[in-house]
Amino acid sequence: MNAPVSLGAAGFLARYDAARHLLSGDPSVRDAAAEAFRRSGLPGGTSARRPEAWKYTSLRPIAETALQSLADDRDVSALLARVPALDSPLVVFVDGRFRADLSNPPAGFSTFAKQPEFGDLARPDRDPMTALNTMLAEDGARLRIAAGGDAGVVRLVSLATGAETLHPRHVLHLEPGARLTVLDVSIGDGTYLHNPVTEAHVGADAHLIHVRLQDESADAFHLATLYVDVAAAGTYDGFTLNLGGRLTRAEFHVGLTGAAAVAHLNGAQLLTGTQHADFTSVVRHAEPHGTSRQTVRNVLAGRSRGVFQGRIEVARGAQKTDGYQMNQALLLSPDAEIDSKPELEIFADDVKCSHGATVGELDAEQLFYLRSRGIPDQEARALLVRAFLQEGLDDVTDARIHAIMEASVQGWWDRQSAQAITERANATKAVGA
Amino acid sequence: MPAATETIDTVQALADTGYKWGFETNIEMDLAPKGLNEDIIRLISERKEEPSWMLDWRLKAYAAWLKMPEPDWAHVTHPPIDYQDLHYYAAPKKKAGPKSLDEVDPELLAMYEKLGIPLKERAILAGVEPDENERPPIAVDAVFDSVSVATTFRETLSKSGVIFCPISEAVRDHPDLVKQYIGSVVPVADNFFAALNSAVFTDGSFVYIPKGVRCPMELSTYFRINARNTGQFERTLIIAEAGSHVSYLEGCTAPQRDENQLHAAVVELVAMDDASIKYSTVQNWYPGDAEGRGGIYNFVTKRGACRGARSKISWTQVETGSAITWKYPSCLLLGEDSVGEFYSVAVTTMHQQADTGTKMIHVGKGSTSTIVSKGISAGKSNNTYRGLVRILPSAKGARNHTQCDSLLIGDQCGAHTVPYIESRNPSAKVEHEATTSKIAEDQLFYCRQRGLSEEDAVNLIVNGFCKEVLKELPMEFAVEAQKLLAVSLEGSVG
Repeated sequence: MNAPVSLGAAGFLARYDAARHLLSGDPSVRDAAAEAFRRSGLPGGTSARRPEAWKYTSLRPIAETALQSLADDRDVSALLARVPALDSPLVVFVDGRFRADLSNPPAGFSTFAKQPEFGDLARPDRDPMTALNTMLAEDGARLRIAAGGDAGVVRLVSLATGAETLHPRHVLHLEPGARLTVLDVSIGDGTYLHNPVTEAHVGADAHLIHVRLQDESADAFHLATLYVDVAAAGTYDGFTLNLGGRLTRAEFHVGLTGAAAVAHLNGAQLLTGTQHADFTSVVRHAEPHGTSRQTVRNVLAGRSRGVFQGRIEVARGAQKTDGYQMNQALLLSPDAEIDSKPELEIFADDVKCSHGATVGELDAEQLFYLRSRGIPDQEARALLVRAFLQEGLDDVTDARIHAIMEASVQGWWDRQSAQAITERANATKAVGA
Repeated sequence: MPAATETIDTVQALADTGYKWGFETNIEMDLAPKGLNEDIIRLISERKEEPSWMLDWRLKAYAAWLKMPEPDWAHVTHPPIDYQDLHYYAAPKKKAGPKSLDEVDPELLAMYEKLGIPLKERAILAGVEPDENERPPIAVDAVFDSVSVATTFRETLSKSGVIFCPISEAVRDHPDLVKQYIGSVVPVADNFFAALNSAVFTDGSFVYIPKGVRCPMELSTYFRINARNTGQFERTLIIAEAGSHVSYLEGCTAPQRDENQLHAAVVELVAMDDASIKYSTVQNWYPGDAEGRGGIYNFVTKRGACRGARSKISWTQVETGSAITWKYPSCLLLGEDSVGEFYSVAVTTMHQQADTGTKMIHVGKGSTSTIVSKGISAGKSNNTYRGLVRILPSAKGARNHTQCDSLLIGDQCGAHTVPYIESRNPSAKVEHEATTSKIAEDQLFYCRQRGLSEEDAVNLIVNGFCKEVLKELPMEFAVEAQKLLAVSLEGSVG
């Protein structure tokens, strides 16, 4: 398959038609997803009006990119070296396929290839990228933690070598009282589309910490959709760090379906160049006494664009809900853009819900303070940006994972300031010429 | 606490009276046939004795409207509207064209009384000379269905060069001004309802404040929908030249009906250098009955352009009526250091649906905007704040602060907040805060303990919740608005 596939939604559908008989799992589910995808297409892929959920993100760049698959058996040692070192079980997917030879899976692990079940949370009928995944998924991680068990930290790693499209389907299942921390890492080389769909079932009193580190290649498209269900007194504690990719989106659908369930959906997006990153979430409080907390921070340099769409829904009867949502953006360049849409939809009266959003640049006074103490401009800026991010990273409570995230932020900052300096040098040259 | 006492009195006085303003005045009507087509538009234009450019403009809007889909993004539901089942023109039959107030149909004068036009104004309408020591009076342009019947204070206003007249008259008498500004803030094809309005608008007010003039009195229009099955399509245009100032008041009541009525007004404001326009609305149209039958559909486009440096446009609204409200008074902040303000109280009860908010588009350097929105939901109603703050790259140092608070009364209603924040300038500062809560038990307990009934206590607390907005209203409206809040929430407590 070295020939470029036809572009856009038609290309994906053609691929499905060609591979349909080879795909495992319930064909009626795949067909229904294909039908849904045929109707929706790639949002923004054609001139048709985008649905409201895709107001600020158009997938036209994907529709216009000829995604080509490369030869198999590429050397992944360089990518492997970038996997955060941690003394913990490791599950590695290369180009969307599980690689037992590179992994050290924990107990309760299986794969979608072995057990091709689509789960009941994902909504291919409603979410176009989930339809695409459901249509073409071949592999993925399945992890079940038995009641009362503590599985510690598991690294779930996706390595992309430039294979055209990856549609992994992951399922995490925490039985009542179970505990698990997942460090979910996406890295790669070249141009590709990574389109993971993850379902997480958090049982009663169970506790799932899900830390996502998205550091895809600069030409990659990363469109992740996550469906989370939290039972009574369970906790889903999510943190997403978005660093890489050309066009990326993390879309969360979290249902607090038991009383006193808790969801944290925190994140940080650090963007430069012409990167576009979209953080979209819907938290639905279906039962009383639920708590949701969300703070998403954006640091936007170059000509990048950050998008935040967060919705808190409180169903009728979900009394004593406590919801909080905050989106903050730091614009470091005159060409950067932030689009923020924090939303509340409330149908119960005895609730406490609030949201906030702030947008601005680095505080001139703080910068002056640091500069007046002899700290060079770049360093002073770095210090203030790091301070801005620090609070966000503090939501990652596991010290080892916190250190990994800090190192990733440091790496981003080093690259960003080097780039800013190069840009400035080029600008000077242009003026000189 | 006299205001609170008054509120309580009003509640008691109005208990069990239903919709106070639900009466109907029988005046002979001149009614165009149902339906919308080019001929109807030609008829409207002809009846209004309009120049041909106005007709062309209407037809252009109609052509655009035909191609537009009806918007479906608002958080409201209603049965589909049959636009061919409406009368697009209704005018009270002319006797001879009133030259003075004496010639005005006495039924209309009686209607002012029912409308609750303050005594003072009625006295003036009746030709009584104003007392020298009293504060400046208010000029009223009363809109009776589609034709402005009489405009008072013309003389006082014209002395200072202010033009305040029905827009149809302005089209005839000041064509250059109208031609220059109409559709310049809300283009004919801006949205579905604005296009419809542009095609068929029948009346509204025109205000022109010359350079450096501070309008000597508050200008006021009382809207009123009458006659069965007539949609009302008002068009208001206010132009404030450099250094001028005007405060405009708009109040609304409507007769009680079973059928839904469509209202799609367009308001355009233009403020030049250092000019300021304050536009205040109290909207109290028929909201439908307790089962959600009937009531007005209020689909309005209101937009102001701050074209000049340091110009200012301030919108204040108290929305208690209408079955459905779809309204986003907006500011285009083009001028350097221009200022936009939006203060809103929206109350929904029974089956009312309100989707309202504002848009602040920052283009000018140093432009600032303030948004304060208070939503109160009770009964089975839904109340949505939908707002946009957009900072363009040119808006260096722009500032916005938004505060949206929702209060829920009862567990069958809904309160929603949908802000859109788009910033493309790093030096701009945008802040948005929103909260949703119910009336705190301790506040209620405190009031009850001091002998207030639960309903009175709720009224008191609601008035406090809305104080930030109510204080922005001109005095005449502030009292009325406070009463309205109390009346609107009547029966939704306990």
